[in-house]
Amino acid sequence: MSRKPRPLFLERRSYRRRRLADAARVLPMLGLVLILVPILWLPAATPEPDTGRGGVYLFAVWFVLILAAFGLSRVLPAEDDTKPDEEEG
Amino acid sequence: MVPFNILVAVCLCYVGLLFAVAWAAERRAAKGRARWLRSPAIYTLSLSIYCTAWTFYGAVGYAARSGLEFLTIYLGPSLVMVGWWWFLRKLVRIGRSQRVTSIADLISSRYGKSNLLGVIVTLIAVVAATPYIALQLQSVTLSFAVFASGAPIGWGLTDQGATALWVAGGLAIFTILFGTRNLDANERHHGVVTAIALEAVVKLVALLAVGIFVVWGVAGSWGEVFARIDASPIADWSLKPDRWIGLTMVSAAAVLTLPRMFQVMVVENSDERHLATASWAFPLYLMLMSLFVVPIAVVGLSVLPPGANPDLFVLTLPLAFDQGKLAMLAFLGGFSSATSMVIVAAIALATMVSNHVVVPLWLALREGGARAPGDVRGIVLMSRRVSIAAILALGYTYYRLSGGSAALAAIGLIAFVGVAQILPAMIGAIFWRGATGRGAALGLVTGFLVWLYTLYLPSFGEEGLLSHAVLTEGPLGLAWLRPQALFGSEALDPLLHAVFWSLSLNTATFIAGSLLSFPTPLERLQGLAFVNVFDHAPGQGGWSRGGAEAEDLLAMSQGILGAEEAQEFFRAEAARQGRAGFLPDTTPEFIERLERRLAGSVGSATAHAMIAQFAVGAAVSAQDLMAVASEAQQIMEYSAQLEAKSAELARTARQLRDANEKLTELSVQKDAFLSQISHELRTPMTSIRAFSEILMDEDLPGEMRKKYAGIIQDEATRLTGLLNDLLDLSVLENRKVQLNLRVANLYDLIERALQSAGSTRPERSFIIHRDMASEHLPVITDTDRLVQVFINLISNARKYCDADRPELWIKVRRKANRIEVDFVDNGSGIAKKSQTLIFEKFARLTDTSRAGGAGLGLAICREIMVNLGGSVAYLPGQGGAAFRVTLPVRKAAGAAA
Repeated sequence: MSRKPRPLFLERRSYRRRRLADAARVLPMLGLVLILVPILWLPAATPEPDTGRGGVYLFAVWFVLILAAFGLSRVLPAEDDTKPDEEEG
Repeated sequence: MVPFNILVAVCLCYVGLLFAVAWAAERRAAKGRARWLRSPAIYTLSLSIYCTAWTFYGAVGYAARSGLEFLTIYLGPSLVMVGWWWFLRKLVRIGRSQRVTSIADLISSRYGKSNLLGVIVTLIAVVAATPYIALQLQSVTLSFAVFASGAPIGWGLTDQGATALWVAGGLAIFTILFGTRNLDANERHHGVVTAIALEAVVKLVALLAVGIFVVWGVAGSWGEVFARIDASPIADWSLKPDRWIGLTMVSAAAVLTLPRMFQVMVVENSDERHLATASWAFPLYLMLMSLFVVPIAVVGLSVLPPGANPDLFVLTLPLAFDQGKLAMLAFLGGFSSATSMVIVAAIALATMVSNHVVVPLWLALREGGARAPGDVRGIVLMSRRVSIAAILALGYTYYRLSGGSAALAAIGLIAFVGVAQILPAMIGAIFWRGATGRGAALGLVTGFLVWLYTLYLPSFGEEGLLSHAVLTEGPLGLAWLRPQALFGSEALDPLLHAVFWSLSLNTATFIAGSLLSFPTPLERLQGLAFVNVFDHAPGQGGWSRGGAEAEDLLAMSQGILGAEEAQEFFRAEAARQGRAGFLPDTTPEFIERLERRLAGSVGSATAHAMIAQFAVGAAVSAQDLMAVASEAQQIMEYSAQLEAKSAELARTARQLRDANEKLTELSVQKDAFLSQISHELRTPMTSIRAFSEILMDEDLPGEMRKKYAGIIQDEATRLTGLLNDLLDLSVLENRKVQLNLRVANLYDLIERALQSAGSTRPERSFIIHRDMASEHLPVITDTDRLVQVFINLISNARKYCDADRPELWIKVRRKANRIEVDFVDNGSGIAKKSQTLIFEKFARLTDTSRAGGAGLGLAICREIMVNLGGSVAYLPGQGGAAFRVTLPVRKAAGAAA
């Protein structure tokens, strides 16, 4: 397949939008890492009860993820203003 | 305490409300006033069918047994939603652009519209979903039983069958009424979706209400709740890392591959932007649903008697505190969770079953195939209705057979793992163009079988479908094939064991199968359309003009889309082509659009097969297209070769023509020369004859005799000179000349040549320009011959230079081991067309007699120089006649021999 020549650099707005898309891609991975963090605590091995603390931590992570997703969903371009050549940034 | 009768009445009222809402939504949509029905909020709420009764009741039970582990079931999907930009956005775009009707259709369409794959995915979905539906029926039955018994007791009440039957029947009616109103899956089921959105609100409100009651009504405050958590049996969070990771992954996979989730997320999606809202709103919904689960569980554990079933805490807690209305709300919440899941699952599964099993079978069995006139639409709708009823009947049967065993509680996760088998093929479908249908089929079947063997069948318990012996010792005593310890992996938790082996073997066979097989052209086209969906990939093409008659197509489409709709579609297409009436030209574009339109109703594989029946004669299959393309490629290559050859031929022809022209000209020259030489020979011969006759006269005085004899001698000398020249040339041309090599100074040679040439037309004064210093170069050559060349060139200049004050420049240059000597005069030079001729024998540019020679001079020069290992050439553009003599510094001995 022949590829269209693409501009080497983008204007500031497109650049910003692509980085936002990058952020949207990174967010679930960040979330996964944060959700897997309790494994490092070894809560089963600690003497004190930690269901409460663990629950608070997980819900906090959850809430932060939701806030981040909310922020991104407001600024990310939806549907058709995503030009095809913006897919591979 | 709520009397059972009132409960039933409230329940019926609620169902009535759902019917009314669904009906009103359909009405509004039909009138085109459905804007708010397509809002992102409705979309997000419809996604909440992820939270079934398993969530509503089961999450609390799960938490009461295993603490925080239940959260993985909701964190996984949250991550998927938050990461919508990665995956869901592409999935929804593909679903919309390809008019995908179900997850089976997605897989089938991507892998070459293969119906086999559709059947496999349908089978997996039905097998996985049946127990899940049974679980919903059970939960509704149980919750009824809680009220009916008048006392909060757990599982295993008698006479639940009747309740379950009523529920299943009612759900079937609702689903059939609102789920099969129209055929096109892409025309949203507004009634169903709206009713589900309402149910989503009810279940959230109900669970939140119970949670608030528990936290602030029973415990008093969050602080008290935390105290109770610390004091509860689940205070210590016994996190198992493998289960934590595995369950998060499986639930993340399930939210993508559950047929009902695919239905609401992709098929019912009316606007991609809704996904952006759902990306945060759906995780928020899940978080709110999970928020009070642990408090309800710990409070239930501490307040209710030890034997109480934690799965029903949501109901029994309010009842224990005599909160009848709250219990009623909780009941409605659980009812909503169960019914909404069943409705959507039934629609999704029925679509799959009818599109991939019933219709293809019916088309194959019917006489005449798709060409036979018939009401396909009626058949499809009927098959969907029957499928819905059959699926619910299947769920009910499963429920009856399993007898409400406690094993049902785990069935949610088992179903998750089952549908997760579709994930590798799905990811491959939208990200990997190299994924092939064969690989996908292999992976799906492998994963499905491993899942059946390691998780599904053992889930029936030791006295279920697998005997105790098989479970503990393996089939035929092969210990390494034990269903829960494949290849000796005993340490793994049974669920993770199944997840690990099924998904890894599935992925491995999928990738290996794809790498080793070769996709069909249609698969490759579809792969391109799927993977590069954002690049506005070109249409799949594959149909050619002709073959299909618009009228036949209209007749068939009417059978599927309904007469009115099909006619409207055809009229619009005709108008698009600028024609009046209902019959557009059957252009490839039109046929492709029609196929896509039909795919929205009966699935891509069936639509493709139906169109293919009509276009069979002249339709160019993708295979043909590829063959044609490669043929065209060959022809192009061949013609390029021909072109190169013909260019070469043209070049050769031009050379031949040039040669021929030269020959012709030479021939003319030769004729001219012959007459010239005859003349030259005859003139002296004539005078010799005349004077010799006079000499015969004896009376001639001696003085006269002497004079005449002198004349005869002169003439004979001229003749001899001429003949010498001819002989000399002949010898030189045959390379038989004897060279006399000597060392000499070039200056001396030029000096000699100038002196000798001075005798030519001595009356003309010639100015010679020389650069003496550069001429002192030693050469090893035949000096006499070289001087002969120089003399010839200089005397030619003296003879032919037509300037008033003739001048001659002699320039000597040494280049590496060659020497160049240029002789340039200031005459008018030689015309371009004659430049190629001057070195030919007999060439003579002027016919004037002043030349005196026979036109052999330059030809001899050329031959001499060739014999000396050098050359002589005419230098154009020097302002006059110019000749360049090139000779080697040292004549290689023997080269001229």
